Parts: sequence; C-alpha cells; structure tokens
Amino acid sequence: MCTYQTETIRVRGSGKGASGWFPVTDATVCFDHPVHALAEHTLNLDFLNPARGAGARVAVELDAASARRLATAILATLDATPPALLEGVAVDGPGVR
Amino acid sequence: MKEDLRAETIRIAGHGGDEIEAYLAEPLDSGRFGGVVVIHHMPGWDAGTKEITRKFAANGYLALCPNLYSREAPGASPDDAAAAARARGVVPDERLVGDVAGAVAVLKALPSSNAKVATIGYCSGGRQSFLAACRLPLDAAVDCYGAFVAAGPPPDVPLHVEPLLDMAGELSCPLLGLFGAEDRFPSPEETALLESVLQEHAKTFELHTFDGAGHAFFNTDRPSYRPEAAARGWELVWDFFGRYLSS
Repeated sequence: MCTYQTETIRVRGSGKGASGWFPVTDATVCFDHPVHALAEHTLNLDFLNPARGAGARVAVELDAASARRLATAILATLDATPPALLEGVAVDGPGVR
Repeated sequence: MKEDLRAETIRIAGHGGDEIEAYLAEPLDSGRFGGVVVIHHMPGWDAGTKEITRKFAANGYLALCPNLYSREAPGASPDDAAAAARARGVVPDERLVGDVAGAVAVLKALPSSNAKVATIGYCSGGRQSFLAACRLPLDAAVDCYGAFVAAGPPPDVPLHVEPLLDMAGELSCPLLGLFGAEDRFPSPEETALLESVLQEHAKTFELHTFDGAGHAFFNTDRPSYRPEAAARGWELVWDFFGRYLSS
C-alpha cells in the first residue's frame, strides 16, 4: 500500500548528499514503498534542503526493526550526553544557513 | 515485428496546460499502431517504468509515460522527485486525469497512431488507470494491483484517497485487472467487490488474480517479483491490447 503518511519536521544541521555537504533544513519520515531497499515497505528518512532543489537530499530506507534501533540509539545517545554539552549548541554557524 | 524502437524524453502539455516531462517509445516498423499511456507507480518515473514503456514499443505500440511528479521536482532524478512528491501527499485525481488526457492527445497526434489509446498503471498507477478510464474516452485500460479502487484506506490510515466504485458506471472501455492473491491492498475481497460492481453495470472486463503473488509482482528488480505471475500477466496484456487496440 502507498501510505503517503509523511511526517515533516524542521531541522538544523548538515548532510552529505550526491553533490557533497549541504545545510539541511527539513527532514521527512514515512513508512512506504522504498526505491532501493529490498522490501515492500520501509521506514524512509530523508534529510532535505528544499530551497536547493529536490536533489539536496540524504535518503535512507530501513526495515522497521532497524529504524526502531536507530531511534532508540539516538535518544540513548542524547540522554547519555552531559546536559551542559546540549545547551546552546544549536547549529547556526557559518556554512549552515 | 522487428522490435526496433526509438525512445526519448519529450515535453507534453498536462493538466491545466502545464508542461511536463514524458518518456515516449515508438516502434520503428512502418504502419499504424495503438497507443498506451503508461502510468508509473508511486516510486516514480523510474528506470523500471521506462523499461516497461520501451517493452510496449518493442511489441508494436506507441507508448508514452508522463512524469506525474514533474511539477514537484522539475529535472530532478526520479527518486528525488518521488520523495518530494510524497512529502506533498497524493497526486490529485483531477491533475492525474489532465496529465493522462494530455498524454492521450500526444499519442493520437503521432503520424503512426491508429487513433486507439489505452492506459496501464501499476500500484498507485493501477488506481489511476481505472480513474482515467472512467473520466476519459479510452479504448482499453489495465489496472495492475491498484489499491483503493473498490475500498478506501483502512480507518487507522489518514490517507486522503477516495475509492472509485461510484464512478464504475462511467467506465469508458474494456478493463483488464491483474492482481496478486496475497496482496492486501487491494485484497482479493476488494477485487471481488470490483467484479460485482462491474457486472452490475454490464461492463466488459476481465480480472485475474494470481496465486503465489502479492503486490508489485511485475517489478523485476524487487523481492515482490513473481516470474510466473508476471509472465502470464504480460501474455494477458498482449492478448487484451491485441483485441482492443488493433487497427
């Protein structure tokens, strides 16, 4: 089934796409048909900069279990990081915007 | 048939006169040929769909595959365009009908056209093929495992796609449906419902459901590929178009 259920969030940071590094401004998450992964459906995660065109994209297609492990690992990493390091580190530096 | 062909990307007028990309494949044999509008699946205007388009030309049909995501990402690679389009939601039905109408007009205007045109679509394109056949005067239509023709999305899926059974009476041409018995979208129950409604309207149709196949069994580069179903499916397509698109 084509679900088209896409969550879009604003993000700040950088990603490395087909043409090198670029600032990412958006991320989308959906569970839908993949382009490359050998499964009927995958958790598809895109890091984007729509202002730079559709090709400014870092794409990942993961099976559901992998996606959960990734999400858990991200949260665990943030939880284990000393709070002082997380304060005031919004990525606004040169080359990001 | 020599199976010689020419294939290229062209620009056509789609819905609202918008210029969109389309992939055209033509047999090089002399004569007049039926036309086929190939409606790509949700992952986009990709290599697999263009291969299908060329296959029609190799078998004696003028084939044209419009890029339904042209507007979202002009000039982008098919996978990037599909991602951009998916983030914006489903292709609107009205726009789809307009884009297919534009493709039909281009095919009929080709010097080697015999003025007959069909649609064939895969996955989301299967539903769109049925939709186009209900909204446009066509000579034949093929629905390959299109979901949400007979039933809408499950209640827990916030997907805004309307089923099409209400317009089944307006189906303008014979319909061929190719489905997998193990598919859940559409399920065999949904295709049975489609069959009963088409019978009520006295439409010309044939629906085939293949055992051992699920969704997307035509996709040769996916684990869903089922060679037995795909091979039989292609035989049925050639037979169907041979009957309804010949001069």
